[in-house]
Amino acid sequence: MTATSPPVPAEQNVPTPAKSAGVSPLRRLFSELTRSTSGFVGLCLVLAIVLLSVIGPMGVGTSVPGDPARAWEAPSGQHWLGLEGAGKDTLHLLIIGGRTVLMVGFLAATITTVIAVAIGALAGYFGGRFDALMLQLTDIVMTVPQIVLLAVVGAFYKLDSPTLLALIVGVLSWPVLMRSIRAQVLSLKEREFVEAAQLLDVGWVRIVFGEIVPNMASYILINFIIAVTNAIYAMVGLYLLGLAPQRGVNWGIMINDAWTKGAMFNPDAMPYIIAPVTMIVLLQLGLILLTRTLEEILNPRLRDR
Amino acid sequence: MAADAVTADAPPGTGAPDRPDRHVGESLGHRIYHSFILRRLVRSAFVIWVVATGVFLMVRLLPGNPVDVYINQQIALYGKSYEQAAAEAQNYFRFDPATPIWRQYLDYLWGLLHGDMGSSIATPGVTVTEKIAHYLPWTLYSVGLALVISITIGLLLGMIMAYRRGGIIDHAVSIIGSGFHAIPNYLLAILIVVVGAVQLGVIDYTRMRGNVSPGVSPELSFRFLSDIGYHATLPMITYILTTVGTWALIMKASTTQVLGEDYVTVARARGLKDSRIQTNYVGRNALLPLIAQIATQAGFIVGGAIFVEQTFSYEGVGLLLFESINTRDYPMIQGVLLVVTITVVLANLCADLVNAALDPRIRLGEGGAA
Repeated sequence: MTATSPPVPAEQNVPTPAKSAGVSPLRRLFSELTRSTSGFVGLCLVLAIVLLSVIGPMGVGTSVPGDPARAWEAPSGQHWLGLEGAGKDTLHLLIIGGRTVLMVGFLAATITTVIAVAIGALAGYFGGRFDALMLQLTDIVMTVPQIVLLAVVGAFYKLDSPTLLALIVGVLSWPVLMRSIRAQVLSLKEREFVEAAQLLDVGWVRIVFGEIVPNMASYILINFIIAVTNAIYAMVGLYLLGLAPQRGVNWGIMINDAWTKGAMFNPDAMPYIIAPVTMIVLLQLGLILLTRTLEEILNPRLRDR
Repeated sequence: MAADAVTADAPPGTGAPDRPDRHVGESLGHRIYHSFILRRLVRSAFVIWVVATGVFLMVRLLPGNPVDVYINQQIALYGKSYEQAAAEAQNYFRFDPATPIWRQYLDYLWGLLHGDMGSSIATPGVTVTEKIAHYLPWTLYSVGLALVISITIGLLLGMIMAYRRGGIIDHAVSIIGSGFHAIPNYLLAILIVVVGAVQLGVIDYTRMRGNVSPGVSPELSFRFLSDIGYHATLPMITYILTTVGTWALIMKASTTQVLGEDYVTVARARGLKDSRIQTNYVGRNALLPLIAQIATQAGFIVGGAIFVEQTFSYEGVGLLLFESINTRDYPMIQGVLLVVTITVVLANLCADLVNAALDPRIRLGEGGAA
């Protein structure tokens, strides 16, 4: 676990590109991740929820039969988490409700990361006017509170599909990440391997996307996970407030439904409100534990001594 | 949630080139041009102008914009003539459809400069500015106070964590902090109501709703102050619990880093008192990244206020925005978006100025090139 770090500018926690022979940096990262308790717990939580939401619906089917006569039935052996207001099985809804959340989270994070890496790498590598313009732009976009803007955009224009929601969340959230990618590139581009590539004259596309960006892989991974966390926060919030169309089943809509129908005053209905809340919290916790552990691995100074 | 140590950003204004000799024999014009405060002010004004323009374009020009929607709605629902509906829209949104669009734009900016953001559709006879002026102070008060409390606690915890790395406090705060950080603020608000108020019955949720108890008038008395404190408790607890862990971790990271600096070693070697090293050498320097984060966090919490205020029926701009969206009160939505943005811009400006006061490198534009 001796990550040798060359001198690094004091104000940046630049992770050292792990260039050990034979083992790819990402694989090494993975093995270190599973060795730490919190990283392992985080990974398990995220994987468990992803598996439940992806494979679960195949097992139980995506249509949930409802029997209004049995609305708000208490948990029983047949219905572990009871029934909701339309007599549908809460556990069943919970299993199929994760798909949209994860899909939006990962799609939005992918969009954010792609935009941020592309712009950040180019701005950092070339500098100059493009860089200045992009910095100015991020300054402005970062100022407008994202949730407020999302809510307003949602109010002005119908965000009727989750994909559209993911697209908007993704497009609005790149500035923070772009700035840190840019800072990374600024320090990486002074390194010998970049100089070597420049001397070989392989062209800027290969230098930026073939040499510099792969060297930030683990850093990008962390930020991707952070982006997933943020996107899930934003989209669940919008569904929960009822600012996104309440169509389909997802955890945010379930909580909104429970809240507006006053489920919290009915002890039998408690699982209907607590269960989706728990799922979201566990997912976020898993993602955050992953981020924190990866940060500690990449920045040994944060580690316990 | 955007504030994790890795994403910690360099203080803005990193584009300043290095010119160490710049202070020798400069003209007044030069000095004004390079004045840190002036540049920040100009930039803040610029950001506000861009956002105002963006809102104008969004409301007026894009297809399916609120003005068209409003006019079509009035025609379809109440059978009004186009002229009548357009005249009403003009009144609410404060524009004159007969003039060219650049003229409308100038009028709109002119109106904004005079605090005229149109009239509310949902509550006739009330201007957007009046309504926001009524709601905004509550959000500023609850969010601002929560932010101060949260930063203070986080700062202390973070420093303790950095000094006793691997100790009980370090682990406990890391775990509890991650836990609360993982709970989105709106879910924590819901949990407080569901568990604290309904299940356990320890929180008198119905009495705590709103901003003040009925019959308590705004005055500088203990009764009033304690009453608004009482009503703001739940939203503030939500903001504090969800952010304090983040502050502690940022502070821990930056303190740890500062502790490794040569000047701290030198200070120790000189035999300075620990308390002096902790405050003057470590604390002051470790604080810088924290303050740079305030800007992003302030925006984040103000955004989260839409969710949290709605859950607790706390009548701030968050609740106002939520209600305006539900009643399709477009001039109001536009106004809240603008005001919230301006608030965040001003918060940024304050953070920048404090940062500059603490760190001469930023003020002189020499360092901070991260």
